[in-house]
Amino acid sequence: MTIRDIRELLGAQVLCGEDNMDQVVLSACGSDLMSDVLAYVKEQSVLLTGLVNPQVMRTAEMMDMRCIVFVRGKKPDGAMLDLADSHGMVVMNTPLRMYTACGRLYAGGLKGEDA
Amino acid sequence: MSQGSGFITERYIVNGDDFHAAGSASSAMKKLLRSIGVPPEAIRRAAICMYEGEINMVIHACGGEAEVSFDGEYITIHLADKGPGIENPQLALKEGYSTATDEIRELGFGAGMGLPNMKRNSDELEMESVLGEGTTIVMKIKV
Ligand SMILES: Nc1ncnc2c1ncn2[C@@H]1O[C@H](COP(=O)(O)OP(=O)(O)O)[C@@H](O)[C@H]1O
Ligand SMILES: [Mg+2]
Repeated sequence: MTIRDIRELLGAQVLCGEDNMDQVVLSACGSDLMSDVLAYVKEQSVLLTGLVNPQVMRTAEMMDMRCIVFVRGKKPDGAMLDLADSHGMVVMNTPLRMYTACGRLYAGGLKGEDA
Repeated sequence: MSQGSGFITERYIVNGDDFHAAGSASSAMKKLLRSIGVPPEAIRRAAICMYEGEINMVIHACGGEAEVSFDGEYITIHLADKGPGIENPQLALKEGYSTATDEIRELGFGAGMGLPNMKRNSDELEMESVLGEGTTIVMKIKV
């Protein structure tokens, strides 16, 4: 699936990285705990989270992730978006809650590392 | 930065009063390792070690210093702070042990997984801590 497909499935709004929407992503993870992401993520390139602070961007950067989706309509500030943008990441937000957002992507064929 | 025949050393200051800026040293290190052609998997492991260590220096020790070197075989990350020290380092290395406040937890850290993450992603981890004086951690990542 491409990042563009993710936007469609989640009815999400793209906040930065419009030019990178055609990248193919193979798996995703959903978490509000950054240490969990650092502990368990392997090849997932999409992070879904309800946590909003610059360390979300940093964590995704450390793990070479390509796309961050903020659930429940959460909005990162300009400095956070600049940080993500400087690493070529796509950032979007969706009004959906975590469970629903993850469920839609999973049903659409985007798996987790453990499935 | 010193650079020559595959050997490189770089120092970073970790600012202790700004959680929002935490991670900038890790980010700079990652860029450096990429620029000298270290394989992505080793960079990833080094980045996790450095980033968790950097976060710890910010949230537990009011900042500190990091020195990163690469000798062609190992990436060595040396972290030093003048924070409060760790009373029981063996306990601190156990998954789930944390003295972090609720405020830190709300920021996505403080689950007691940092040091275990650092241990898991390094080939060697040595920690020395003196109460009231500070903590030193040396991690080696084999490339
Ligand atoms: N640099 C440090 N200075 C003082 N205490 C530290 C330092 N690093 C870790 N600690 C102590 O070790 C505990 C465990 O660290 P860690 O595994 O990273 O979990 P967390 O940071 O989530 O609490 C911390 O809660 C803290 O008490
Ligand atoms: Mg920690």
